[in-house]
Amino acid sequence: MGDPAPAARLRPARREIRFGEALTPLQGLARSALTAGPAIGWVTLFLLLPLLGIVLFSVLTRGPYGELQLPFTFGSYSRLAGFGLFGFDPQYPLIILRSVVLAAGTTAVCLLAAFPLAFFIAGLPGRAKGIALTLVVIPFWTNLLIRTYAWQILFAPDALLTRAAVAVGLAEEGMPLYPSAFAVYVGMLCAYLPFLVLPLYTAVEKIDWSIAEAASDLGADGRRVFRHAILPQVMPGMVAGMILVFVPATGQFVIPDLLGGAKTVLIGNAIQQQFGASRDWPFGSAIALVAMALVLLGLWLQTRTAGKRGEEGLL
Amino acid sequence: MKGPVLATAESRRVLEDAPSAIEIEGVSRSFGDFKALDAVSLRIRQGELFSLLGPSGCGKTTLLRIIGGLDLADDGVVRIGGVDARAIPAHKRPVNTVFQSYALFPHLNVRDNVAFGLRMKKVPEREVAARVARALELVQIGGFADRKPLQLSGGQKQRVALARALVNEPQVLLLDEPLGALDLKLRKELQVELLSLQRRLGITFVFVTHDQEEALVLSDRIAVMRAGRIEQLGPAHALYERPRNRFVGSFLGEVNLVEGTVERTAPGEFVAVTALGPLRAETRPGDPAPYGKVTLAIRPEKVRMVTDGTPGENRAQATVEAVIYIGSESHYQLRAGELRFTAYAMNARATSRELREGERVQVELPASALIVLED
Repeated sequence: MGDPAPAARLRPARREIRFGEALTPLQGLARSALTAGPAIGWVTLFLLLPLLGIVLFSVLTRGPYGELQLPFTFGSYSRLAGFGLFGFDPQYPLIILRSVVLAAGTTAVCLLAAFPLAFFIAGLPGRAKGIALTLVVIPFWTNLLIRTYAWQILFAPDALLTRAAVAVGLAEEGMPLYPSAFAVYVGMLCAYLPFLVLPLYTAVEKIDWSIAEAASDLGADGRRVFRHAILPQVMPGMVAGMILVFVPATGQFVIPDLLGGAKTVLIGNAIQQQFGASRDWPFGSAIALVAMALVLLGLWLQTRTAGKRGEEGLL
Repeated sequence: MKGPVLATAESRRVLEDAPSAIEIEGVSRSFGDFKALDAVSLRIRQGELFSLLGPSGCGKTTLLRIIGGLDLADDGVVRIGGVDARAIPAHKRPVNTVFQSYALFPHLNVRDNVAFGLRMKKVPEREVAARVARALELVQIGGFADRKPLQLSGGQKQRVALARALVNEPQVLLLDEPLGALDLKLRKELQVELLSLQRRLGITFVFVTHDQEEALVLSDRIAVMRAGRIEQLGPAHALYERPRNRFVGSFLGEVNLVEGTVERTAPGEFVAVTALGPLRAETRPGDPAPYGKVTLAIRPEKVRMVTDGTPGENRAQATVEAVIYIGSESHYQLRAGELRFTAYAMNARATSRELREGERVQVELPASALIVLED
């Protein structure tokens, strides 16, 4: 007889698991545990467990000295909804609303600035593109507090910026530009713009311009070319950037404090206050959870509408 | 309509009396130092299928884009339907384009892609639905109306792109290498369909291609372009049978060249001395009589191979150097002295004796098949 079939000769003595080979359920489980295990462990240890802790804290009662104790109660939540010891007081709903408005405003301002910037950078020649992107990212290299204090100096009564504003009639002589809503939004824009510019730029860079030409060829004027041929192409990048700005902006309170004069309470400093000075962990946990729930609700709504349009959502 | 309409010599129309669909006068376009179009002028007649043929970089796509308004000429006039179109932006021109990459809207399904142009023109939605349905039927893709472009094959995308342009009933349809991305078999099928569609609708088609066979199959007339200029313009068969110069001759199929010196001329004919001996060639009425050094050209299928050994006009001895058998015909590479040339012969008869390599053969270059080239 001749040699055995080549395949038989080449078969290794011990069975090994190779890629693409069918696995028994047990083998599959073992491999999944090996590859995904560390990540799952990390998330469980540092995200899931603390989150469960917060959920637990939020339904406990604050003791006389700020300690956590039984009984379980939804008191923190009803207080957050405005039903405190002295009847209805919309203080906390207003705090949440204020934070959401600030975050939405920040997102809008960033969007207005990011669109022209992203198209401008994408239109630059190769080398200049890299330099421009570096310039966008450079503010990240400075601490947020230092950046924000820098704005205070720039907005001081005798600073160049303030004098320029006075000269064109935008400010009064001898008055600083901060604290003001304007200063807050400048600070927020400065802090969050890169989060929107970078994903938007990536989307703009990938635009298929022949689709814009097709729209124009089919009778769309400039505005409608943008609406129907450009915007749909950059939509995923734009929405991702908006989320990257909106979500952290809802929790931001350092910039509004430093540039807005520390007069307003936002979700961020409300939580900080409860876990710090007030030592009311159940209430602080409740605020944190509600804020998170609101953000998740927003993302879910976005995903649902995107799904209806046949696009991919963020969740 | 039943069965494909083929562009046989009979079906090709000479639309000489037809009014102009497009007039191009002295159009130039440069990109930096590169001259894409160099004072190009041409007239495209209403209802004809006109091809711009040339190698890549010859300016054919630039010219198409200038007609469509997607690019602007540096100089020259473009008229569409007799109207100066220079100041009309792309979205208001009565032309539509089928793009090489199809450029379908990826976020819209087939139906909405096709409806796009009508919606931009604010056509009532009920009419849009009817016209879109008709356009989809026209290109035989009615069953795919709800699919997204990503779910379509290349040929299907091509049909959608065609429907999306045709639904607007443009005066002129511009096609930029529409079949370039498809495999050969599908390309041939769609060529036949495009032609049949053009004949049925009567819309002027301007077709850009670098595929000479495609241009020959489809076109009423062809403009062969090179380096931003039109080398020759005419009916498909005229370009093939009477190329003006080497470039046109070799771009449209294969051509054998023989250098020679004119010895004597007579009305309608002349004799030139060449490496193959004296060759008599017929000139066409109106052609100037050639003199001095000339380049004669002959298509490989016009070269006759004679094995009976009898001497005759325009005959010479040659050796078969190679035989390439391609089924329906065989290509013979021949050598006569220093001159190498090619002959095609149909393998029409089952018993036809095949010439073998190294065999001696007599070739005949018929006087009526010899063409005088300008260079």
